[in-house]
Amino acid sequence: MVSNNLYALGALFKDPNKLVKLAKKIVELGYKNWDVHSSYPLHGLPRLMRLKWSPLGYIALILGLTGTSFGVFFTWWTMSVDYPLTIGGKPWFSFPAFVPVLFELTVLLASVGTAIVMLFIIFKFPNNRHPLHDTEYMKKVSVDHCGIVIEAKDKNFDYEKVKALFQEFEPDQILDIYYQEEEVAYKPKVFDWKFITFLVVIAVLTSAVGYLFNNKILYMPPFDFMLNQFRLGPQESSTFFADGFGMRKPVPGTVARGDIYYPFKGKPEEAGAKLINPLLPTKENLALGQEKYNTFCSPCHGWRGEGDSHLNGQFPNPPSLHSEKVRTWSDGRIYHVIVEGQNVMPSYAKQLTEKERWAIVLYIRALQRSLNAKQEDVQ
Amino acid sequence: MSNIDYTIEPEVVEGKPSHSAVNDAIAKPLETKPTWKYYIALGISSTLLLIGAVCLGYSFYYGIGLWGNNQPVGWAVPIVNFVFWVGIGHAGTLISAILFLFRQRWRTGIARFAEAMTIFAVITAGLFPLIHTGRPWLAGYLFPLPNQHHLWVNFTSPLIWDVFAVSTYLTVSFVFWYIGLIPDLAMLRDRTTSKIKKVIYSIFSLGWRHSNRHWNHYEMIYLILAGFATPLVLSVHTIVSFDFAVSILPGWHTTIFPPYFVAGAVFSGFAMVQNVLIIVRKIFNLEHIITLDTLEKMNKVMLATGMMVGYAYGVEFFIAWYSGNPLESFVFLNRAFGNYAWAYWIMVSCNVIFTQLFWFKKIRRSIVPMFIIGVLVNVGMWFERFVIVVTTLSKDFLPSNWDYYKPTLVDIGILLGSFGLFFTLVILFIRSLPVVSISEVKAVIKGSQPGHH
Ligand code: HEC
Repeated sequence: MVSNNLYALGALFKDPNKLVKLAKKIVELGYKNWDVHSSYPLHGLPRLMRLKWSPLGYIALILGLTGTSFGVFFTWWTMSVDYPLTIGGKPWFSFPAFVPVLFELTVLLASVGTAIVMLFIIFKFPNNRHPLHDTEYMKKVSVDHCGIVIEAKDKNFDYEKVKALFQEFEPDQILDIYYQEEEVAYKPKVFDWKFITFLVVIAVLTSAVGYLFNNKILYMPPFDFMLNQFRLGPQESSTFFADGFGMRKPVPGTVARGDIYYPFKGKPEEAGAKLINPLLPTKENLALGQEKYNTFCSPCHGWRGEGDSHLNGQFPNPPSLHSEKVRTWSDGRIYHVIVEGQNVMPSYAKQLTEKERWAIVLYIRALQRSLNAKQEDVQ
Repeated sequence: MSNIDYTIEPEVVEGKPSHSAVNDAIAKPLETKPTWKYYIALGISSTLLLIGAVCLGYSFYYGIGLWGNNQPVGWAVPIVNFVFWVGIGHAGTLISAILFLFRQRWRTGIARFAEAMTIFAVITAGLFPLIHTGRPWLAGYLFPLPNQHHLWVNFTSPLIWDVFAVSTYLTVSFVFWYIGLIPDLAMLRDRTTSKIKKVIYSIFSLGWRHSNRHWNHYEMIYLILAGFATPLVLSVHTIVSFDFAVSILPGWHTTIFPPYFVAGAVFSGFAMVQNVLIIVRKIFNLEHIITLDTLEKMNKVMLATGMMVGYAYGVEFFIAWYSGNPLESFVFLNRAFGNYAWAYWIMVSCNVIFTQLFWFKKIRRSIVPMFIIGVLVNVGMWFERFVIVVTTLSKDFLPSNWDYYKPTLVDIGILLGSFGLFFTLVILFIRSLPVVSISEVKAVIKGSQPGHH
């Protein structure tokens, strides 16, 4: 009755000691395609069956180290390359502060990855079409037996011999296990129309939900409460104030913080006559003036005050500061231009403190002197 | 005492049930119609859950102004609940992973259950940081996902460590639990007569066929996962404690926090597991598998961790005095004698004083007293977190900023809801999956292993 549909011959035992004796014999006889089944791990069997040590430990190590290195790379890249943020004065790559995250990533990848490798790569699960499933053999193993199968594909397999071998060890039952017709015939297809429809439905559903959520639901109450708050945006009108403006003007006479009273508003000549530069042309003052001049004045007047900046030709040409006129102006007169601006040149009073303004004046004087040196300077 | 032979481990499973009896006993809740007791339990827990859901919906709609949180106590009951529930989860991992590594075989009867409780507790805990942000639908930004702002999360912040720790903990616990379930699901698959159940069990047992070639790898991965879960569980509550310890507020900024929090977590977790197990073994007649010995051992763990927690309370006071820091000593005096003294003394009496009763063997082994002490421990541990969070915040450096925090009704509703969620999940779990690991129990029954005669 040996059909070529036979998968294996199985023997069931209630007493694990009998099974162990049979297993030893099978190893001796040199069978390769055989297995022991029990609903709990039997101590010592893997060694007895001459199974190799499970390599999962190494796999976990490799996956764990991958998790760590990915973590190091990712924290370094995000925190110090892609978007460096200084937090609490720490360096961008502040390793100790990343350790908790690195540890978690290591554990996560190592445990989840190893489980996936074991189940899906080593065991080739899910596999519900194995010939052992739904057999009486499996049902009994699940409850209170342990069993041994020798597969028909083993090259030493001989139906009668194996049966005799089993009988020698007094099993509770000996079973023939067959392949089931439809299980053998079944071939999984990727391009099965059911599978494709399933994928399409999933794709449509996720995009629909994503679209609805991101474009509709988040703009409905209560999700939009933050967008619609009881406050006025810039330039919005208000029904509360009589003049209808949302933005309020300061009360007349308000003095802004840091404002310095300037008595020569619109009186350039008076300023030129009365204002005296309080700074001496020391090294520090000139350095300060140079810095501020380069920042605020050079974009128009050029590095050396010749009116040759790259704005030349695009803006009403800024005049040279080396003209006869400016050279003969008093310090106070230049100061006045900085404070009030002049025609198209805007005021720089907001950007520069009093001291910085005077320092710039000193620096302009130095520039003028460098281009139009007097006889004494040469000596 | 001299007549005890310490070389022989006492039997883990009482009597010597046959393997099929174990199958029957454990699968019984899944196959029989539940009794009225079950429905009453489910009714109570889902009512609580509903209360919580209503309160939450209400808070989402009107905003978290409905809670008591306000200046200066911005971290209030939601964070207390978070720390409490994460702590509950820790006992599960301790039982399933750490005791596994120490080869404590008495864990087999309760490990599955404890693991499931870990998962449910972490799910419950995870809810709180999310709702605490006020806009939980934007929680995706907690993860370093590429976004249109080109901004990443701040990896130097304890709050982001928390995100990683808790989500890793949930995932790894789940994997550990599921791997443990596979052989049992296969057992159920081979046993069931219902067609639908058969399909479900087949899908989730992935085609497990009890092969010893598989058990070889399986035992290895169980060891590996236990090995990873052990430092993981320690890291999780350490990181939760960093949320406090890394800040600079007196009462939070201490190095004792990580061990203190871990001990407290195990303490409250064991109390919770013990409570739930007492109920389960009663309702489902699992007294011979979840034995009194097991419960006694859990009570001993509670006694030990309770003393560690008590020690930490003492050391905090000592350091407050010894450091000579006036702010620190103020905070601790305020805890014990200030306007939250009532909470402080609830905490001390529940956690330190009542647990001392476990010194008596009689109390350790009788169900009603130990159940009551377990409940008290959980009350005490909730108040411990309350004391830590609220007293420190309510009186910070600036006296003009001080205020007295009171949770509102909505806060309390959400707390009840969290218990509802947890217990509903537990109760559903009891009826849908084997609460005790069948394969592990079978493996430790006398005579199951070759050569044990
Ligand atoms: C936005 C370009 C711009 C900047 C910046 C600028 N200026 Fe001018 N400045 C001009 C222009 C244009 C004029 C000529 C205005 C006119 O038509 O009278 C001018 C005129 C002047 C004059 C008078 C020259 C004259 O012959 O009447 C002085 C002095 C002067 N600037 C100094 C400065 C100083 C000092 C700074 C730096 C604080 C500065 N400017 C920044 C555009 C600029």
